[in-house]
Amino acid sequence: MIEYRIDRRSGVATYLQIVHQTKQALRLGLLQPGDKLPTAREVVEATAINPNTVLKAYRELDREGLVEPRPGLGTFVRRSLARAEAGADGPLRAELVAWVDRAQRAGLEHEDVAALVASVLEQRFVTGVAAPKREIEGNS
Amino acid sequence: MNDTSDDRTALEAVGLGKRYRRGWALRDCTFRIPAGAVCGMVGPNGAGKSTLLGLAAQLLTPTEGTVTVFGRPLDAPGQRARVAFVAQDKPLYQRFTVAEMLRLGRELNPGWNQTAAQRIVDQGELPGDARLGSLSGGQRTRVALALALGKQPDLLILDEPMSDMDPLARHQLMGTLMSEAATNGTTLLMSSHILAELDGTIDHLLLVDAGRIRLAGEVDEILAAHRLVSGADPGEGAADPTAGHTVVETRRIGRQLTALIRPEGELSGALEVSRPTLEELLLSYLRSPQAPTLFTDSARAGHDAAVAA
Repeated sequence: MIEYRIDRRSGVATYLQIVHQTKQALRLGLLQPGDKLPTAREVVEATAINPNTVLKAYRELDREGLVEPRPGLGTFVRRSLARAEAGADGPLRAELVAWVDRAQRAGLEHEDVAALVASVLEQRFVTGVAAPKREIEGNS
Repeated sequence: MNDTSDDRTALEAVGLGKRYRRGWALRDCTFRIPAGAVCGMVGPNGAGKSTLLGLAAQLLTPTEGTVTVFGRPLDAPGQRARVAFVAQDKPLYQRFTVAEMLRLGRELNPGWNQTAAQRIVDQGELPGDARLGSLSGGQRTRVALALALGKQPDLLILDEPMSDMDPLARHQLMGTLMSEAATNGTTLLMSSHILAELDGTIDHLLLVDAGRIRLAGEVDEILAAHRLVSGADPGEGAADPTAGHTVVETRRIGRQLTALIRPEGELSGALEVSRPTLEELLLSYLRSPQAPTLFTDSARAGHDAAVAA
């Protein structure tokens, strides 16, 4: 099960926060195919947001093929976004850890590293054109 | 207006007005709130919010115009059971205990749901034998909300419900209200002057100002109709970059011009354009009493709900 954290001051639309947090959980393997998402009632009871916002987020996830509503039962995860290559024990992560260590030794602060990574990502991935779904699948 | 029941319209006012001895508190209000909406009513102090809510709950008699709930007048048989109202001053019997107050609710309301009422009282850890007079303002609010929700109304009207509650209780009760709306499709109409409290919670809006309705309808639709633009101020006599659009408010600070507008077609390329937040939008309207009103389709009285569905 996943618990959503809603930040009303973030400027990001509330339904998008739910979409992003669900995808993040799918990427990290915290949500697996067959898992049930919390009901709209459970989410609004905990977060005090509007029920329609939750339904809108779930519709968006459904549209992207990530979850499916089963009438009378709830909303269930259809497929995972976790990728073996990005796992905690994968070589890509190990290389990145080594690189961050080097950056740290070179005197870069957390924010310097984040800015550097963001600028390289910006350069290597063309954003804003592909749909979010493609973005994830298109760079294997 | 017809007299048949309408399950798609929770509340409809036509030409509604109320005059007190000192003058008109509310005038010429015509709007509709669709069933299932979570509607926030905002406006400055003395705008007529409480008067409008009192009229909707039939605690006040209109001086002119009509108000109907689910398509029928409030005094029609069975209508009382469909509406619950929590007044700003939460009138409760001070000498009653919490348990006695809930019992009164149970005896007086045929469709009473004890579980729903008890849950709200328990959530606040209120002892059943505590006298209402000994409770804090926030705790009394909790009992009043328990009574209102125990009644299982189709339309729940709340006047400044959370103003005397601590942040945790506020969050809990807002969560409870939202879950009520999610499970039973209860229509909520609540007034508040804490704009941040409503953002993310409400999906419909009523802006009441100086006894009139200035904005009514879906929050998303109202927000989408507006843009916040800024750019260099062209100065006196030069072409106004906001010309041709409906301007809600223009502010000039130094050489910078900022305006909240409703775009009518292409925007000038010289302007930087962003989307306003609900709070920015409401503040702009409150600062600009002359700004034109806006009603979305679903907020117009007599709106054919079948078309919108």
